[in-house]
Amino acid sequence: MNEFLHQLVAGLATGGIYASVALALVMIYQATHHINFAQGEMAMFSTFVAWALIEAGLPYWGAFALTVVISFVLAMVIEFAVIRPMHNAPELSVVVVFIGLLVIFHSLAGWLFGYTIKQFPSPFPSNAWYGSELMSAHQVGAIVVALVMVALLFSFFAFTPVGLALRAAAQNAPSSRLVGINVGRMLMLGWGLAGAIGAVAGMMVAPVVFLDPNMMTGVLIYAFAGALIGGIDNPAGAVLGGFIVGVLENLIGTYVVGTELKLSVALVLIVGVLIVRPSGLLGRKIVTRV
Amino acid sequence: MSHLLEARALHARYGNTRVLHGIDLDIHDGKVTTLLGANGAGKTTTLRALCRLMVQTRGSVTFAGSKIDALSTEQIVRLGVGHVPDGRGTFMGLTTEENLRLGAYSRDSRAGVDSDMKRIYGYFPRLAERTRQQAGTLSGGEQQMLAIGRALMGRPRLLLLDEPSFGLAPLVVKDIFNIMRRINQEEGVSILLVEQNARLALDLADTAYLLETGRVVLSGSAADMRNNDAVRRAYLGE
Amino acid sequence: MNQSSKTNCSSPQAAIAARMASGNSAGAGLSWRWIVLLLILAVGLTFVAKGYHLFQATMVLAYAIALLGLNILTGYNGQISLGHGAFFALGAYAAAILMEHAGAPYWATIPAAGVFCLIIGYLFGRPTLKLEGLYLALATFALGVAMPQLLKYKHLEAWTGGVQGIVLAKPDAPFGLPLTQDQWLYLFALLVTLVMFVIAHNLLQSGSGRAMRAIRDHAMAAEAMGVDNRHYKSMSFGVSAAYTGVGGALSAIAVQFVSPDSFTLFLSISLLVGIVVGGVGTLWGAFFGALFIMFVPSLAEKVSKAAPWAVYGVVLIAIMFAMPGGVMGLLRKISERRSRRPD
Repeated sequence: MNEFLHQLVAGLATGGIYASVALALVMIYQATHHINFAQGEMAMFSTFVAWALIEAGLPYWGAFALTVVISFVLAMVIEFAVIRPMHNAPELSVVVVFIGLLVIFHSLAGWLFGYTIKQFPSPFPSNAWYGSELMSAHQVGAIVVALVMVALLFSFFAFTPVGLALRAAAQNAPSSRLVGINVGRMLMLGWGLAGAIGAVAGMMVAPVVFLDPNMMTGVLIYAFAGALIGGIDNPAGAVLGGFIVGVLENLIGTYVVGTELKLSVALVLIVGVLIVRPSGLLGRKIVTRV
Repeated sequence: MSHLLEARALHARYGNTRVLHGIDLDIHDGKVTTLLGANGAGKTTTLRALCRLMVQTRGSVTFAGSKIDALSTEQIVRLGVGHVPDGRGTFMGLTTEENLRLGAYSRDSRAGVDSDMKRIYGYFPRLAERTRQQAGTLSGGEQQMLAIGRALMGRPRLLLLDEPSFGLAPLVVKDIFNIMRRINQEEGVSILLVEQNARLALDLADTAYLLETGRVVLSGSAADMRNNDAVRRAYLGE
Repeated sequence: MNQSSKTNCSSPQAAIAARMASGNSAGAGLSWRWIVLLLILAVGLTFVAKGYHLFQATMVLAYAIALLGLNILTGYNGQISLGHGAFFALGAYAAAILMEHAGAPYWATIPAAGVFCLIIGYLFGRPTLKLEGLYLALATFALGVAMPQLLKYKHLEAWTGGVQGIVLAKPDAPFGLPLTQDQWLYLFALLVTLVMFVIAHNLLQSGSGRAMRAIRDHAMAAEAMGVDNRHYKSMSFGVSAAYTGVGGALSAIAVQFVSPDSFTLFLSISLLVGIVVGGVGTLWGAFFGALFIMFVPSLAEKVSKAAPWAVYGVVLIAIMFAMPGGVMGLLRKISERRSRRPD
């Protein structure tokens, strides 16, 4: 029983990471109706930037804050320079652009920072009061961070005029302009927020799995699955989905098939859920009248 | 009588397709003006050209004394132009209330947003019954009311309406036109109405323009238009 | 005119694909003379090119057939797949297992792989009918990820050869023809490609093809007009898988080797990139796409040893900027502009 609990908790901890990245995916989706397939690599790149700043002598929280800002700006620039010019292009062509971004960030990180695995510090000291046998301080901290981010985002989308404007701009750009929304600014804002969230997620993952360019590739798959299973238009759903996927992955890996097949089995289960509930667990079914 | 909006030599095109070939418009403050014409005459394009939405334009447009022909849609809207587009332009995935709230986005202060919403619900009680309903599930008539309500939430001085009667049952259309009359008379909102239903439009309007293949071929008071033989034969079926 | 500019219309992707696929034969109105000329050139290549280049040409043909398969599903039927590498793998392994364990002749494995993948594809397409867009992307993604893991699975090792894979023998030219193995294989691939393309062309021009496209453009309207969406969508999956499987089988014979690591997620992504670069919803686009995914990665490495994939990514983005409709989209734009210019 203890072992099971352990695995469950470990699943929640990794789930927190997936939840954070899923949040970034939902963010960009809500703002642009695109899935940013490069989200994982951008987060990884941001983490490397943080690492470089720490290596240069900045204290952890200073590097953290600066990295979040840099990631915010970098993401805004990418939206403006790379994604916006494609706004009239077919959907699949935009997907290919995302793939291009993915490989660029991956390759750049390897080139600039090298492929050797690096240590990344955790801001949650290992002997903190909230750590225990069951869950390390960092695991607790990472989960709390994910939950705080989702709470902030949820309130942002649900209760602020800018959040509503962001959702509107993604759904219907011409109508948004007719109510005075600057659609371009909304797109950049959405991307910037996603970039910032991704950076935070990366900095939470790195202490656990160590920092290298391949750090986030697996995470993106799980995060994507989590976002869909929770409902792609719902930040809370993304987080819920992330946790579910984390737990599922861990339990399947430990008790069912071992690490080789766990990804496949997890994904098959997720697809099964989606077939039964095509909009995800918490997603709103968008009904269209013909 | 001052001109709220003046357009001179307004041209418009979609890419390489030229649709408007130099039209002149004068919209009087506090009055209802209607744009009539057959399908393809360029009526919707005219409204879009005034807002610089989805078309490329040439020519001068002045609104309340300032030139707006070089501004973006968002800027024009903030100056007090409300546009109810063809097809309603509803935010399908958002609720009724969210749609209305968005209408107030361009306003500088949050003051009065809630009371304005109450007023809109007063005009359209059916919307009040459906505040949390997803807007995409509303009927055509309800979506039209929502679109008008959304535009009104911006407290516009000039309301552009694109074919509000399109696809709606006659009773619903009558309702909507009555509301438009009230809005014009009680709140002093000027209206530029594009309509294929010439009879209804001329009933409501003070002034009328007739468009044919991108040019103004006739203009004058609504009463004169109604009595014009050519108009009666072609557009009123008399 | 007012109606066409309403704010709710079918997706831009469908619109472009529709324009490109609408009612004309293999692409930008290519006449029979050009096709015959191309064929003659292609056959001529056999005697001009060296062994390794012929191998590369064979692989390009294999990829072209595979891309045609993905295009049938995505370009003509509007269902996205991020996991078509799985069918490529299934076709390759089907060929390998038949040759290795059943002693089947190489040429028989091609249709066998096709039929096998047709069935699997149909079986996959049926339950995933309700999924669309992103959700289907995830489901196919799961397939693409699962396949290499399945192929490495301990309990299937007896058949699949596990991580080691299976080694195949290269076929000789039949009837004692004076051709090298590479030359014969290339000509064989050319024949298979020709047959597959003709079948695809006829299929897409037929009533079934129109039904498929109707579903892509407006599924609800298609259903209302009596198109059995479920049947056609599953069939599209099946046919698409069959084509990609044939491509896989061909590639297995050419490479003489199958192993799980040759069919990773990256292959699925490359196939998707291939149809977009070539031109979604076109037949000829498959060739351009195949050339791209065959040669650009190694070219990128020549440009930069340190960060070759960054170069690849930049090239990808640049191509999408310059021709969002792919190569075929660009060619069509050029020919349209030519026909508009007064002579």
